[in-house]
Amino acid sequence: MQLELRPDVSNAAAPTPLLSLSGVTKTFPGVRALSDVSLNLYPGKVTALVGENGAGKSTVVKVLTGIYQPDEGDIRIDGEALSFPTPQSAETAGVTAIHQETVLFDELTVAENIFLGHAPKGRFGLIDKTAMATRAREILDGIGAKIDPGATLKDLGTANKHLVAISRALSIDARVVIMDEPTAALSQKEIEELYELVESLKARGKAILFISHKFDEIFRIADFYTVYRDGQMVGEGAIVDVSEPELVKLMVGRDVSQIFPERDHNVGHDILEVAGYDHPTEFADIGFTLRRGEILGFYGLVGAGRSEFMQALFGITRLSGGTVRIDGAPVSIASPADAVASGIVYVPEDRGKQGTIGALPIFQNVTLPSLARTSRKGFIKLAEEFKLARDYTERLDLRAASLDTDVGNLSGGNQQKVVIAKWLATQPKVIILDEPTKGIDIGSKAAVHEFMAELAAQGLAVIMVSSEIPEIVGMSDRVIVMREGRIVAELARDQITPETLVSHAAGIKEDAQ
Amino acid sequence: MTTTTRSIPDRLRSPLERNLKSWESLLMLVAIGIFIANSFASPYFLNAWNLSDATFNFTEKAMIAFAMALLIISGEIDLSVAAIIALASTAMGAAVQAGVGTEGLVLIGLAVGLACGAVNGFLVTGLGLPSIVVTIGTMSLFRGISFIVLGDQVYKGYPADFAFFGQGYVWWVISFEFVLFAFIAVIYAVILHMTNFGRAVYAIGNNATGALFSGIRVGRVKFTLFLLTGLMSGVAAVCLTSRLGSTRPSIAFGWELEIVTMVVLGGVNILGGSGSIPGVVIAAFVMGLVTFGLGLLNVPGIVMSIGIGALLISVIALPRLWSMWRG
Repeated sequence: MQLELRPDVSNAAAPTPLLSLSGVTKTFPGVRALSDVSLNLYPGKVTALVGENGAGKSTVVKVLTGIYQPDEGDIRIDGEALSFPTPQSAETAGVTAIHQETVLFDELTVAENIFLGHAPKGRFGLIDKTAMATRAREILDGIGAKIDPGATLKDLGTANKHLVAISRALSIDARVVIMDEPTAALSQKEIEELYELVESLKARGKAILFISHKFDEIFRIADFYTVYRDGQMVGEGAIVDVSEPELVKLMVGRDVSQIFPERDHNVGHDILEVAGYDHPTEFADIGFTLRRGEILGFYGLVGAGRSEFMQALFGITRLSGGTVRIDGAPVSIASPADAVASGIVYVPEDRGKQGTIGALPIFQNVTLPSLARTSRKGFIKLAEEFKLARDYTERLDLRAASLDTDVGNLSGGNQQKVVIAKWLATQPKVIILDEPTKGIDIGSKAAVHEFMAELAAQGLAVIMVSSEIPEIVGMSDRVIVMREGRIVAELARDQITPETLVSHAAGIKEDAQ
Repeated sequence: MTTTTRSIPDRLRSPLERNLKSWESLLMLVAIGIFIANSFASPYFLNAWNLSDATFNFTEKAMIAFAMALLIISGEIDLSVAAIIALASTAMGAAVQAGVGTEGLVLIGLAVGLACGAVNGFLVTGLGLPSIVVTIGTMSLFRGISFIVLGDQVYKGYPADFAFFGQGYVWWVISFEFVLFAFIAVIYAVILHMTNFGRAVYAIGNNATGALFSGIRVGRVKFTLFLLTGLMSGVAAVCLTSRLGSTRPSIAFGWELEIVTMVVLGGVNILGGSGSIPGVVIAAFVMGLVTFGLGLLNVPGIVMSIGIGALLISVIALPRLWSMWRG
């Protein structure tokens, strides 16, 4: 595929790409993660890859680094077609990635981390430690990092660990450097230092792919942009020719055509009041109220602290402060058992590990929190267990051979129905759904949405954490947007648009709207 | 969508069919086979009093094995059980020297067992330490205290009526210990298979995070299991001390290996999540019959302990080899 520059950019401004990806398609069972996408990276330039969660950014990084094999499409470096069957072959070709969570080894030294897998060898094929330390010193000096190559990695701060990761990238003489949200865990001063480093990499002619959700840094350091949406490339060009609102529009600009259930949006009295919820590192000063019959959406970027807060509300994570009231009465939640007893239940994002017990049958999963109701003096009454499980799984239209089937054998959508049935059987007041439709097929998705609407209509208060904008827009009565562990906006029904959600979540200044 | 009334059947396989195809059924066949082989191997085997004597080979160990089964199903383990017997027995011996009567001795034995279980339970659930390391530590600690108190001495002089627990017979050849063993087996079978607590044990062993996220008080359940295992070690200490009539610091040495073997042979998954009390009961008989049969054939004790070790490894390895062979 040819580079599609916007017409007002002269071709003279576009040098020949160092790396170019074209026509790349990657499918997973049931999901088309990338569909005929392209990407061009230029020597000495920074290209920003932007898109919502799930737009295909991570997939394309994995294709570039040899972790995934594309079903179709070309990868060319200097015009030469290459394939990366393994991560090593990508490294050999000069492509390296610095990931969101840097993959380094805490117990090894800085030099060992930099040269892991390609250390200079001495006699008998043993590692030449002196040469390794010297070369590590050179590379670290080259990027202006004041780090001792002999120091153990775990003694370094986050910013210095990033510098080690970058040194590792340089040690293999990479020509293409991929930075996947490199500033997510850095302070403002460390971010400034990272920008200087990016400048020095540019000066050395490296082609840089910069993935970020933060618009200020995209406009600060990128030369080009590429936008992905739902696994397709929807736009690219020079950063000087685009404004923040235009970029946002490209990111979210799909028609919200998915069908969501009709709702009357009648909300009742306050049922849940949260105030001053604080955690030492993950979130601060979270407070809101939730009403009967309401669906309250929680939107934010990955890492905004939404799940962490919800798990604290459910009694999993320890807090440093905060109060909860249910129906006006203060409750103390120190464990999930306390939360369930107070009428708060949580449908986690990680169904396999947190939501279900895969090796136990459906009926035992459903009744697990309700055993007190299906037993007499602690003795299990099997008939009542089956009855309770049948009542709630059938309301959710569960598809299974029998209630004695192990939950691990069900599809993702049906597992989710088991988790929801489990909680409805406890007759809760507040149900928290964390990414309720992530990784489940379209049919089950619609069923979950419809059921959510029905629950709200019956007077249950619903909190829905979601990173899918159509779902937030289509389902919520009200939306709270979180960024970096804090609530940054509360949007009433008529204010919920893809644009407002994205700009609050990414921290775009009001005047740029 | 909720108007659909498509009924999902409760079960496709009957519980009877499931039971017939279980490890427990296979083990039962093994037990019968060993019984028949023994009766051919030695003319002294098929004698009511000899068979009654044979039950002492496993009754005390099995009492602990039932509690251990629950603990292993929940994903934890307690290797300090034999050391708890030593400490409890030493405490009882010391109490005898101070003139404590039979009731007091029993109470002391049980209390020491409970206290040791509480120490293990606190270290594992309160501090979040791995149980295998904690109980290897307390294994040395508890027996170490016993060695320091006793040195190379022996406590004797237990009251005459104290002997009933380990030497008494309830009716004809049926010993008090055997009755106690059967009673405890029923109690644990009920706890594990018929109560909410037992269901929680299975849930925790299969996925402790999932159980926590389902509102199960995981820490409380595990602490209770350590208490129960400690208590059963105390009960076994009373029986064993009564049977031997004396306390040495080396009492019940190496029993933790035999108890874990019994549990695993009974079909309990060493990684947690599955197993049954009937399985452990049959495994107790199998191990008792094997030891007794080998004893009648004058096989020395050290060879038997080699056999126990080999048995433990084969029981763990066999299912893995079986699935590898079937590919």
